[in-house]
Amino acid sequence: MESVWKIENITPRVRAEYLVQVDLSGIAVEQWCDDSDIKSACPDCKQRIHRVRFPAATFYILLVTVAFIEKAEKVWTRFRPLSLELPKPLFPVAGLPIIYHHIEACSKVPGMREVILIGFYQPNDALTKFINSVQNEFKIQVRYLQEYTALGTAGGIYHFRDQILAGNPDVFFVMNSDVCGDFPLKEMLSFHVQKGGGSHCTVLGTEATRQQSLNYGCIAENKDTHEILHYVEKPETYISSTINCGVYLFSPEIFKTLERIFKKNLEEKYSLDTTSPSKEIIRLEQDIFVPLAGSGKLFVFHSNRFWSQIKSSGAAIYANRHYLAIYRDTHPDRLAKNGEGLPSVVGDVFIHPTAEVHPTAVLGPNVSIGKHAVVGEGARVRESIVLEGATLQDHSCVLYSVIGWNATIGAWTRVEGTPNDPNPNKPFAKVEVKSTFTNDGKLNPSITVIGSNVQVPCEVVILNSIVLPDKSLSGSYKNQIIL
Amino acid sequence: MKALILVGGYGTRLRPLTLSCAKPLVEFGNKPMLLHQLEALVEAGAKTIVLAVSYRAEQMEQEMRKVEEKLGVKIIISLESEPLGTAGPLALASEHLTQDSEPFFVLNSDIICDFPFKQMVQFHKHHGKEGTIVVTKVDEPSKYGVVVYDAENGRIQRFVEKPQEYVSNKINAGMYILSPSVLKRIPLKPTSIEKEVFPFMAQDGDLYAMELQGFWMDVGQPKDFLTGMCLYLTSLREKSPDMLHSGEGIVGNVLVDPSAKIGHNCRIGPNVTIGPDVVIEDGACIKRCTILKGARIRSHSWLESCIIGWKCHVGRWVRMENVSVLGEDVTVKDELYINGGRILPHKSIGDSIPEPQIVM
Repeated sequence: MESVWKIENITPRVRAEYLVQVDLSGIAVEQWCDDSDIKSACPDCKQRIHRVRFPAATFYILLVTVAFIEKAEKVWTRFRPLSLELPKPLFPVAGLPIIYHHIEACSKVPGMREVILIGFYQPNDALTKFINSVQNEFKIQVRYLQEYTALGTAGGIYHFRDQILAGNPDVFFVMNSDVCGDFPLKEMLSFHVQKGGGSHCTVLGTEATRQQSLNYGCIAENKDTHEILHYVEKPETYISSTINCGVYLFSPEIFKTLERIFKKNLEEKYSLDTTSPSKEIIRLEQDIFVPLAGSGKLFVFHSNRFWSQIKSSGAAIYANRHYLAIYRDTHPDRLAKNGEGLPSVVGDVFIHPTAEVHPTAVLGPNVSIGKHAVVGEGARVRESIVLEGATLQDHSCVLYSVIGWNATIGAWTRVEGTPNDPNPNKPFAKVEVKSTFTNDGKLNPSITVIGSNVQVPCEVVILNSIVLPDKSLSGSYKNQIIL
Repeated sequence: MKALILVGGYGTRLRPLTLSCAKPLVEFGNKPMLLHQLEALVEAGAKTIVLAVSYRAEQMEQEMRKVEEKLGVKIIISLESEPLGTAGPLALASEHLTQDSEPFFVLNSDIICDFPFKQMVQFHKHHGKEGTIVVTKVDEPSKYGVVVYDAENGRIQRFVEKPQEYVSNKINAGMYILSPSVLKRIPLKPTSIEKEVFPFMAQDGDLYAMELQGFWMDVGQPKDFLTGMCLYLTSLREKSPDMLHSGEGIVGNVLVDPSAKIGHNCRIGPNVTIGPDVVIEDGACIKRCTILKGARIRSHSWLESCIIGWKCHVGRWVRMENVSVLGEDVTVKDELYINGGRILPHKSIGDSIPEPQIVM
């Protein structure tokens, strides 16, 4: 992985194989291969190939379970990292880790008792620190439970059923960690309770465009009762423009269904082949929702508030903007203000109190500056996330980019990406999830990502590129992945 | 002494600058291109200078009246009703060139060098034949027409157009001294002096080559204009270093008009020419550029290898590079990236130009 691969020069097929290898060198192969965002067909071999996101190496699953008086809630989260080191759920958006926003939303539900994070990820300092700080801040118990292998989107919930059911919760939320939004959890709860004991699960749904709905789980419902009549994960043809937001509210009865599926999977997948995916895997969407649809136990709750997946760095920039806008109402204190001796701020900007920003710098709109970051004289930052310890030297200009931990951007250097924002003229449009490469093997323009500890020299331009961690660049780059 | 300068047509190669200003008046090193030649000719003793033009430019004619007065020289504008090539204009202006039997200078208007007019006269008189052409050494002769001549006495044997095999690395530098008798060889119709006159003179043993010392550049297009500027500033450093600017943030050879203003924390140079009334705001970085009169470069911008036209406005945090040329009165908005953009006059640019492109 250290050597420089000329990505443009290899065929899509070879590239797919190579990139799967990259992922293997991370951890979980099974989940990668099982992952159904495999959409693009390889023009050479006519086979489906994996859509690839860089930088991607360590697979990571995070599950958040939230207990609620005698009802419980739970958040399930899944992530591929933006960095090679930090789990993606801890990637800061609007200055705070992605799952911080989830936990904050949970903490506002009256009587929330516990948050459980479930993932297939070796716990580390960053995670421990994060858990301690949110426990203190929200006065709520937060635990991390590690899966012994990647268990699919529902396998972890079943595996840790005793932990989740401890204290006899009436309901629990499950949230994916790769989504973000202004989650209407209280409203979802009222809806669920109102549906009474018949409802085993309420799915948060939102509207998408006809075309984009095909990239999500699609829900056909009874318009009066909101019962889910039909569910298809990433269909090939149009089903419905109501999509699954990856946020659920379950009643404990769901475990009966999970148990039945678990046992059925064990029998069906029985084999001595050690290379086949784990038999304990349960896919929430395909194994649970598909059979439950139409049984009167599965409902959808609609939200038109801000919601987006965060699977790409482009989506992180988009989410950053929306979370900052939400701060205007919920936490105006988190937004930077203009004033004498302070840097100029345009629109919504988060500056961590420990960051050093020169008063002549101009930031915003939609910028987050992380801990101990340094922004030099006359620097300009717009629509970007600058992570902890990064340095932007004098007169540098950073647009639509993510600047990684402890990276350095030289003086008068320009770092620029291309936004993948939803089409503002189409109602309900979501962030465009483009494949990394175009059909002719070129990199699709997107947000520029400068990996952690990367050194970008003075006076160069880095345009629509992805620079993997620890590189020391020597010149300008455009539309390239720099391994 | 007399001279004829082949000014020619519209200077399309130097567009978009020449859409606002006749090419000879475009400032090179803070001085109209033509003035470099006129001053050197006057210095060498020329009393009458004929400008051979193929289109009327009133702005230029007015400007020449002022120059006549200032330099004490007679400037005749010889207007071609149709373009006559590089030799025809000599026939058209023959009445001015044949008033006496003295040889006269002929030069292309796009060239910049240390003009060796006095040595040319000496050399020409020494061999006593019809013509002398100045030749200059180039690195890649296969791109040009080369001159093959006797190294001992300079007599030209032949011309070879774009040689595939090495025969010589000397090319025609676009400066000649010719005796009036040469005019007999030139008809009053479109004629190329390089192809239809010189080869015959060489056959007759009447044409000699003199090698140019020092720098030389044809600055007729933007890329070469900038290369020529670097060579010119280097030569200024040797000959008249006092003309070059020094001070905070100035790196290498930089020419700044006294009326220009440069802010703090800038880095200007190497190889930058800044014209009159230009304003460079704080924190700008400019390398290998010409900034023409009245332009403003705002804070924190970074410019390399650009020509910024008159009265242009380049916004804050703009990055411009790769021989971008802004015509007169162009505005580039804040935070844009211009890579090899050629922008026509009076445009306002609101989007980046990431790949070389002409903006109408």
